[in-house]
Formats: sequence, C-alpha cells, structure tokens
Amino acid sequence: MESEVFERIRAAIASDRIVIFMKGTRNFPMCGFSAATVQVFEQLGVPFTTVDVLADPELREAIKQFSNWPTIPQVYVDGKFVGGCDIVRELYESGELQELVKGSASK
Amino acid sequence: MDASQLRARIEAAFPGSYVEVRDLTGGGDHFEALVVSDQFEGRSLVERHQLVYQALGDAMRESIHALTLKTLTFAQYKNRTDRR
Repeated sequence: MESEVFERIRAAIASDRIVIFMKGTRNFPMCGFSAATVQVFEQLGVPFTTVDVLADPELREAIKQFSNWPTIPQVYVDGKFVGGCDIVRELYESGELQELVKGSASK
Repeated sequence: MDASQLRARIEAAFPGSYVEVRDLTGGGDHFEALVVSDQFEGRSLVERHQLVYQALGDAMRESIHALTLKTLTFAQYKNRTDRR
C-alpha cells in the first residue's frame, strides 16, 4: 500500500523537470504558502507541473514521509527535493533557483 | 504551543543557538522562526530545516500548522546584521 503510493509519487516527480506538490491548483491555490511558491516559478517563466495533495489524502500524508518533510508545498527539480516555500523564496532571492532551473532546462 | 515554548524547544535542541520566534496570527499555530546555530555549518537548506523539524517532532504535525524558517550559521548572521 505504502509502496504503491510512493510509486505514484515517483511517477509524478518524473513527469516533469519541475514538480510542485501543493494545496489546490496552479490557478486556484488553497494556501498562501502554495500560492507564493507557484508565484515564484511563474515569475521565472519556466514550465512546471503541480500536484494537488488535497485531491488525494493518501498522497498528502505519504509525500511527507517520502521527502522527510512535514509541510506542503514541496518542490522537486530534476527529481531532486529542493524544499518548501521558505527555501524556494530564499533560493530565488539569492539567484540560486534561477541557476538550478537553467541547469534543468539545458538537459 | 506559544512562541516562548517553541523557542525553548528549539534552543534545547541547538545548544548555544540564538533563536527568535514570532507568532504570526496570535493563534499559536502559525509561527516564524530565526534559528542561528553553528550546527548548520556545511549543511544544505533542506538539511537545516529537517534538523529543526526533527527537533519539533510531533508538534510539527499536530499543533503547528505553519512555520516559516530562516536558518543561519553565526557567520552568516553576523554578515547579515553588518550589512544592515
């Protein structure tokens, strides 16, 4: 059961270079932190995929174990866990996120 | 949990740290914390935040809904205050 949901998480992470697990959707975020995270990537003007954890309670709990991270949103770039809202904002402000995303775009 | 309890909990897990905690809504579940500790040296932001979350254990899942975190080493903290 757990491995089945982890499998779904792995598939979601592999589905795009940038994947955001969030509350709500890109256009209708249901939480300020999820909204702020989406906004950062929209400002970067890069394509990304979102997964609404509110639509999938099992995944919502499992992603916390999977990433060893207790909160939503969670961002993956090139299959690697980048962090939540605070880290994304901090990396954006320092310019590191732009580099990370550029690296992923050239692959 | 209130801000001072949260602060005490973080300080206990990071001996010698400097910790500031603000309760953002007054409701005891949305906090902002600055944690300055040399235990963060050489660790990524993800690892730093994971250390703080670990220190908070069940409280992070149960009583705290949101915790905005800033994690710095003392060298980074000094740099930041010098620039102000």
